[in-house]
Amino acid sequence: MFAYIVKRLLAGFLVVTLISMMVYALFWYGPRSPAQELCRRESNNRCTPEKLERYEEALGYNNSVTSEYGKWAKGLVAGRDITVGASVIHCEAPCLGLSYRTRQPVFEEMKTRLPATISLAVGAASITLTIGVTVGVLAARRRGTFADKALVSTTLFMSSIPYYLFALLSMLYLTIVYDVFPQTGYTPLTDNPGAWFTGLLLPWLALGFYNSTSYTRFSRGAMVESLSEDYIRTARAKGLTSRVVVMRHALRAALVPVVTIFGIDFAFLLAGTIFTEKIFDIQGIGRWGLDATLIKDLPVVQATVLFGSIIIVVANIIVDIIYSILDPRVRLS
Amino acid sequence: MTVQHTMPGNAAAAGSGEPYLVVENLTVRFPTADGLVQAVTDLSYSVELGQTLGIVGESGSGKSVSSMAVLGLHDAKSSRIEGSIRLGGTEVVGLSEAKLRPLRGNAAAMIFQDALAALHPFYKVGSQLTEAYLAHHPQASKKDARRRAIEMLDRVGIPQPDRRVDDFPHQFSGGMRQRAMIAMGLINDPKLIIADEPTTALDVTVQAQILDLLQDLQREFNSAIIIITHDLGVIAEMADDVLVMYGGRAVEYGATKELLTHPEMPYTWGLLSSVPDVTADTGGRLIPIPGNPPSLLRPPKGCPFHPRCAHVDKVPANLCSTELPELLPGSRGADHLKRCHLADPDAIYRDQVLPEIAPDLVEES
Ligand SMILES: Nc1ncnc2c1ncn2[C@@H]1O[C@H](COP(=O)(O)OP(=O)(O)O)[C@@H](O)[C@H]1O
Ligand SMILES: [Mg+2]
Repeated sequence: MFAYIVKRLLAGFLVVTLISMMVYALFWYGPRSPAQELCRRESNNRCTPEKLERYEEALGYNNSVTSEYGKWAKGLVAGRDITVGASVIHCEAPCLGLSYRTRQPVFEEMKTRLPATISLAVGAASITLTIGVTVGVLAARRRGTFADKALVSTTLFMSSIPYYLFALLSMLYLTIVYDVFPQTGYTPLTDNPGAWFTGLLLPWLALGFYNSTSYTRFSRGAMVESLSEDYIRTARAKGLTSRVVVMRHALRAALVPVVTIFGIDFAFLLAGTIFTEKIFDIQGIGRWGLDATLIKDLPVVQATVLFGSIIIVVANIIVDIIYSILDPRVRLS
Repeated sequence: MTVQHTMPGNAAAAGSGEPYLVVENLTVRFPTADGLVQAVTDLSYSVELGQTLGIVGESGSGKSVSSMAVLGLHDAKSSRIEGSIRLGGTEVVGLSEAKLRPLRGNAAAMIFQDALAALHPFYKVGSQLTEAYLAHHPQASKKDARRRAIEMLDRVGIPQPDRRVDDFPHQFSGGMRQRAMIAMGLINDPKLIIADEPTTALDVTVQAQILDLLQDLQREFNSAIIIITHDLGVIAEMADDVLVMYGGRAVEYGATKELLTHPEMPYTWGLLSSVPDVTADTGGRLIPIPGNPPSLLRPPKGCPFHPRCAHVDKVPANLCSTELPELLPGSRGADHLKRCHLADPDAIYRDQVLPEIAPDLVEES
């Protein structure tokens, strides 16, 4: 198992490295100069070719992609000095560079954004899992009844609404038109727990509830399948109560595929929920990456891509480990 | 209407009390999207303590459905059950889930085919055994239950039971899993054991060991056994009485020796001629029964077996395809029942069927 994890981590490291190289390659070989957007913003829409030339020079786009990537990689491992105009800023390892827009170290900003995204992801995922599995199990036990069919149709209908529309409408109607929820946004938990909670409540519910519809269908399916297994008949024939049969025997087996999918979905939430953060005004990783992409802020784009790919690689490994713990038949090798 | 005949299982119960299990006129239907599936129709049989009843028939003939009804394992909402099942004097049909639970695995236990699927893949063998024990011994401690589980594993012949108790089912061999399944079935000393094709998935040597084990345990605990199989070889070795099922009905019922030597129903002849053991060393032909089992949604009119029966023309007036024969004694006495219109099945069997499937036997006699 240890050897397996090491092997997977090495493979993951390779993937993440390749992805980070590809981000640089895209900036260098893309159709438009990545300095264009910054130049335009900072010169009130009057970016002359000379100005652009100066921006490209300052941002390093006149050097080769390999030497610039090399500098970035060295900074990540050992830190580096970055020249901004006349001054030199020392950026400590792990140095992800300076944001083009704020001229601040990317790593520092990431540390302030991460708690917002984590708070959002953990809250929403808990709601998703709780509602999804509970309702899925209840529906599976009543499969074929009117309640079951109505429920499955409802979740299908819900899933057919685009998420951004669902989130936007719930924000509009529940905070602005009707004052059901307070203004959304992120306050650090350590600053003010009450504000942290109230600001995140609606985003949690919107994201958690929306995602729960697919988990309802999914766990219902897994439950229907496990309830029809031979070992369920054995459990009933032993004289166990139906509660024990459902919870200890059927649900235990049904959770395995649910947990596997949940692990990957949770990783994607942690990598940044763009629509939720944008619509509910939460300064998290997803929104940060989106804004950075719009103005071609390479260091920030690189940081968010790097973070997302690491999270997903690690989540895959963790899911495999959990899978092997849940299902004793699975051996990691 | 239906006349109640003396059933072979009843013979020993001279006067005093009834057999441990009595099934009377059992009918099991499943309403489905395609219509009503009549899986078992008007089935009656009984089993005494210490006796073994073999139920034999092709797959789909209602063997499992009828025996699951004994433990009330059919979902009340998706099945309709009529008739009477008395288990140790308790009427099981219509009993609530709460009243059925103390009977399941306690008064009667089931041993299922394919132990790999029938044991939970995620729980250790030992914990599945202790769970069964604790379900009926709530006052027992975990330690007692574990001791009992090890004792049962030892009893069914699992080597190093104190170590293997902590294995998962997939770490056992096929034969050992079936032994563990038997240990689990017997952990509460049930008076009735229903073994549903307990050896179907196993190879021949292991199969023989498992059957021996069941017989040993029966002698030891004087329990009643129902063994379900599609293999007459298993029946010949194990059963005191045989019930042959076809299309959800009993088509022949009698003492094993009597029924296997003087079968009176063409379907039983078919089963006999498709047993490799009977035909292998006698130079006879292995003849599978042509055709398919009947539809349970739209059963054929008349005798359910008539579309596949080679002897229909020996019965006058198309009776086979118009009228369902009743389960009645033939020429062999009141304890041998058959559901067939043939006037003299014994002669047909002796002169036409036996020479085909076992010529040597004919010469000997
Ligand atoms: N829950 C159910 N709903 C509908 N049909 C069923 C159900 N259970 C069993 N059947 C049908 O009943 C028939 C008899 O099944 P079974 O008793 O399992 O046969 P076997 O003799 O092979 O054990 C089969 O045709 C099967 O399809
Ligand atoms: Mg069966």
